[in-house]
Amino acid sequence: MKRAKRIFSLLVVFVLLMTGVVACGNKNGASEKGKEDTFKIGSIGPVTGAAAVYGAAVKNGAQLAVDEINADGGINGKQIEYKFEDDVNDAEKAVNAYNTLKDWGMQMLMGTVTSTPCIAVQSEALNDNMFLLTPSGTAIKCIEGANAFRLCFSDPAQGTKSAEYIGEHQIGKKIAIIYDSSDAYSKGIYENFTKEAKNQGLEVVSAEAFTEDNNKDFKVQLQKAKDADADVLFLPIYYTEASLILKQADDMEFAPAIFGCDGLDGLLTLEGFDKSLAEGVMLLTPFAANAEDEATQNFVTAFKDANDGQVPIQFAADAYDAIYAIKLAAENGEITPEMNASDICDKLADSMTKIELPGLTGDTKWEKDGEPNKEPKAVVVENGEYKMM
Amino acid sequence: MSFISYLINGISLGSVYAIIALGYTMVYGIAKMLNFAHGDVIMIGGYVVLIAVSGFGLSPVLAVVLSMVICTLLGMGIEKVAYKPLRNATSPLAVLITAIGVSYFLQNIALIFFGAEAKTFPDIIKLPALKLAGGELTITGTTIVTIITSVVIVVALSLFVNKSKPGKAMKAVSEDRGAAQLMGINVNATISLTFAIGSGLAAIAGVLLCAAYPSLTPYTGAMPGIKAFTAAVFGGIGSIPGAMIGGILLGVIEILGKAYISSQVADAIVFSVLIIVLLVKPTGLFGKNIQEKV
Repeated sequence: MKRAKRIFSLLVVFVLLMTGVVACGNKNGASEKGKEDTFKIGSIGPVTGAAAVYGAAVKNGAQLAVDEINADGGINGKQIEYKFEDDVNDAEKAVNAYNTLKDWGMQMLMGTVTSTPCIAVQSEALNDNMFLLTPSGTAIKCIEGANAFRLCFSDPAQGTKSAEYIGEHQIGKKIAIIYDSSDAYSKGIYENFTKEAKNQGLEVVSAEAFTEDNNKDFKVQLQKAKDADADVLFLPIYYTEASLILKQADDMEFAPAIFGCDGLDGLLTLEGFDKSLAEGVMLLTPFAANAEDEATQNFVTAFKDANDGQVPIQFAADAYDAIYAIKLAAENGEITPEMNASDICDKLADSMTKIELPGLTGDTKWEKDGEPNKEPKAVVVENGEYKMM
Repeated sequence: MSFISYLINGISLGSVYAIIALGYTMVYGIAKMLNFAHGDVIMIGGYVVLIAVSGFGLSPVLAVVLSMVICTLLGMGIEKVAYKPLRNATSPLAVLITAIGVSYFLQNIALIFFGAEAKTFPDIIKLPALKLAGGELTITGTTIVTIITSVVIVVALSLFVNKSKPGKAMKAVSEDRGAAQLMGINVNATISLTFAIGSGLAAIAGVLLCAAYPSLTPYTGAMPGIKAFTAAVFGGIGSIPGAMIGGILLGVIEILGKAYISSQVADAIVFSVLIIVLLVKPTGLFGKNIQEKV
């Protein structure tokens, strides 16, 4: 009996050793596979959850650019493989998604879509020296490392540009602000808006916060804005809360001019939302689907064809531009698919500062710190659609 | 004038808390357990109305009735499947943990069926807003309906418990389950009835909550559920008028705290008040002081 047990345990050890060898063999196989003939671009963003509209737009916009580039011969003659992972706008899930993509063999990351997860992923990517280009992560910390770039304006830039825009276009003098103090994006814009507002001769008459756990009732914040005689309500927040604010302001018969940033993009596609409440809302966005230039129109037509007639929002255009920026930088740096992610990152980071992208969101150049350089644009909601201002 | 407007908002928010708190308090009083899934029954109630009105074009009144029926069945079902088998468990923690499990179960089921995207709740209360003081004070139709509904429910529920036969049975079970059984009261049926009433109320609370704040996600019920539980403890858990007063006070404190102290720490203020009340009066405002007999 004892003997049988011993033989059995030896057998177990042997089997375990064998699986170890086989597993190693597989691993080698995987890295061999990594030296395939395609570029692997990974992407992370929310396609479920409260910010799902953004993630879905980025996914579809990027897919369109990838398909176009592949049909046109790829990057340096090599095809692109594109893979998107969901993060539900959660930092922890985003890091998991990043690791999943790394196991898949990702060489460049186009993402993540929202700020808070992007900050978490960027520190991982910095450790790995993985190239990161976020289409829409606006927090300063999203691109802290030398490996990271962004396509959209940062929060401070959005805050500053919004104040500039309101000042220059004389939309109003007395500004009320409602922001989310539990969110890096919202707080970042708010802080820089107040700084620049002074320079523009604007008076911030009320600035009220809310938090993630208390984001349903805004009557108090609105009442304060109303009591302070605000003529502009600045909303550096996301569209889900904004839809409630618009409804409650309407109930109170408080009708200031409303100005927001890219977070309000998505308001018009919110299921069941009464679009008439959004009439006249202005937002800083580099893209309007009904702009008349040829590039935009071609993009919108192709996007609609690929996505059951859905009209692309700014995030789709950001992602589309981001993929083309990677292509341009990859061609400029002459990278090839057999290079490892770290070498690709070094070359891309260098060539990003040398390219000029004629993008849908404006002609864009990049600074060494990863920030884009382009003109701000704003749109206004008219008859349930965006119109360039 | 803004103070009065804040006060009305607070009472309106508090009325919703009160209706939810009634569900907690009744179940605790009779079954001696905390039904943490109560907040999620509210969310299910909201989705039923949303789908009935937006999807099938039912009239709002019919949709609310349907939602009450479904929530009542759901509440009774949860009690049968998840709580009843544990009623005689040695540790009261067992059923508490089960309740938390049921809460997550309902949230995840809702995630699968309805998706995580926020859905805008249809405008079902079409009462015109009331204008007072020369148009300076606006009270929305939803606010009026919410406050009236909660008062009606509390009065009706108090009458039911104190005057009707099943209500008296409830009181008997809550005082001494063993003795009630010996007197010929069907304890199982009474507890089942309690869950039915509590869950039916949850449906109404869901409708009022979503009508006031028309954004519905699978997590909509979670935070109001916790606040309402706080309100129930605040007013003295097990007491019906206590739940009502606790709920309204909680809503008023939350809104006034937001308005006059800081909009960022509104929740912290609410819970600090709870701590102070419990330090001074451990059984809550209307809680019974039961002395242990040695």
